Amino acid sequence: MSWTPADPMVSIKDVHKSFGDLKVLNGVSLDVMKGDVICIIGPSGSGKSTLIRCVNALNDIQQGSILVEGQEVNDPALDKLELRKKVGMVFQQYNLFPHKTALQNVMMAPVRVLKRDKVEAEKQARDLLAKVRLQGKEDAFPGELSGGQQQRVAIARSLAMQPDVILFDEVTAALDPETVGEVLQTIKDLAEDGMTCILVTHEMGFAREVADHIYFTDRGVIVEHGPPAIFFDNATDPRTKEFLSQIL
Amino acid sequence: MEFFFDWFRVLNQETGVNLPFLYDSYDRNRIFNGFLTTIWLSLVCLFFSVIIGVIGAWLQASSFKITRRIVNGYIQLFRNTPPLVQLYFFYFAIGTMLPRVENDWGGQSPLLGSFAWAAISLSFFAGAFNVEIFRSGIEAVPKSTVEAAEALGFSKLQIYKDITLPLAFRVVLPALNNNLVNLVKTTTLAYAIAVPELLYEANQIWSDNVNVTEMMIFLLLAYFVLVGVLVGGMNRWERSMKIPGYG
Repeated sequence: MSWTPADPMVSIKDVHKSFGDLKVLNGVSLDVMKGDVICIIGPSGSGKSTLIRCVNALNDIQQGSILVEGQEVNDPALDKLELRKKVGMVFQQYNLFPHKTALQNVMMAPVRVLKRDKVEAEKQARDLLAKVRLQGKEDAFPGELSGGQQQRVAIARSLAMQPDVILFDEVTAALDPETVGEVLQTIKDLAEDGMTCILVTHEMGFAREVADHIYFTDRGVIVEHGPPAIFFDNATDPRTKEFLSQIL
Repeated sequence: MEFFFDWFRVLNQETGVNLPFLYDSYDRNRIFNGFLTTIWLSLVCLFFSVIIGVIGAWLQASSFKITRRIVNGYIQLFRNTPPLVQLYFFYFAIGTMLPRVENDWGGQSPLLGSFAWAAISLSFFAGAFNVEIFRSGIEAVPKSTVEAAEALGFSKLQIYKDITLPLAFRVVLPALNNNLVNLVKTTTLAYAIAVPELLYEANQIWSDNVNVTEMMIFLLLAYFVLVGVLVGGMNRWERSMKIPGYG
């Protein structure tokens, strides 16, 4: 059965994952349709980051199924390169390549991994850096950029692979409050362009504004989910209520 | 130039300070060739020991236990034995076990000469240290940086070549330079298997001229300058590799 755009772009079904004796995911299921923006929220250690890291196979799972455009991730014969062409990822600590300039950071994967023409890749990289409002910073090294700027380079680097879905792993958690806004704006622009986004975030205001759907996780399970308007104002589960009351 | 050389001849006649490698063209050639041999041996060993270091460190991270064991065995063997003993082992033990080949004038000669054995032995010796040096550098590269490359679809080899190694290299340069300086100094051991390098040629000269004191002073200064030039070059290289805003 082949995948069509009418099917979920990412389909997570009954996923279990443990690190040794520690059970991190305990039967998580969720679907993400093309163009959806979903936010996963929840207390620390509830398995949010682990869940999205499983989607691009940075972590393996012990049980269950993750389909990305119909491709099974939980498969020993998985072609990780094919998967990672489709799934981009942005990290909390940016993780830029410190020995490469902003431009080189963005160009590198298309040239090395996709074997694209250098001139063309450079043009695309310049366009992407402009898109994340970093014109003029092309030749700066990561160490010369602020946290927010580095994170936007990281977003551009991920976009350069032209993924179908991007995973955002607490991308504003390491930033100071003034620079959080510029990164969130960049993500908002992407969402408006129709990019499928899966975000793990603590930015509730942002989640409410951009997300199509919110998932609340605790102790490895999804406790409650729904569209932001319903989720934030009419949470029913006591754990969700408690979490929201602490954070809002 | 002749005037310059003659001055040393006069110096010898007047004061007894004898530097024949400056006024005697035969000894001059000896020293010059000794210098070239030392530099050439150093370059060959520098090159191969770094290659051994890079490949060894890569193999050390292999998922096969046997590969890791072999690399570790190699490191232990070459780190825990004196380089002179290694040199003798290669030249006299392995060298004599290899088949002999016919030379140009119909005689039999060893497959590999003393220079080749010195190059092999010293490359392995310095290479063992380089493996450990590179490993420490690779371990200093944050796992998260490697993960970012993985998430972008880089293969294991691409990550090693484009991300891990360039970053590790910058971390290990001071330690690497230290080892390479040691290597250049260790090339004097090749004297023991009659490689015509600087020390060997100097020995020829002091045997002929009985000017031991002068030659010892010369040797000390010559190596001081030679290694000084190397260190200067390495320091420049270290500076040029520096990334703005990093480390």
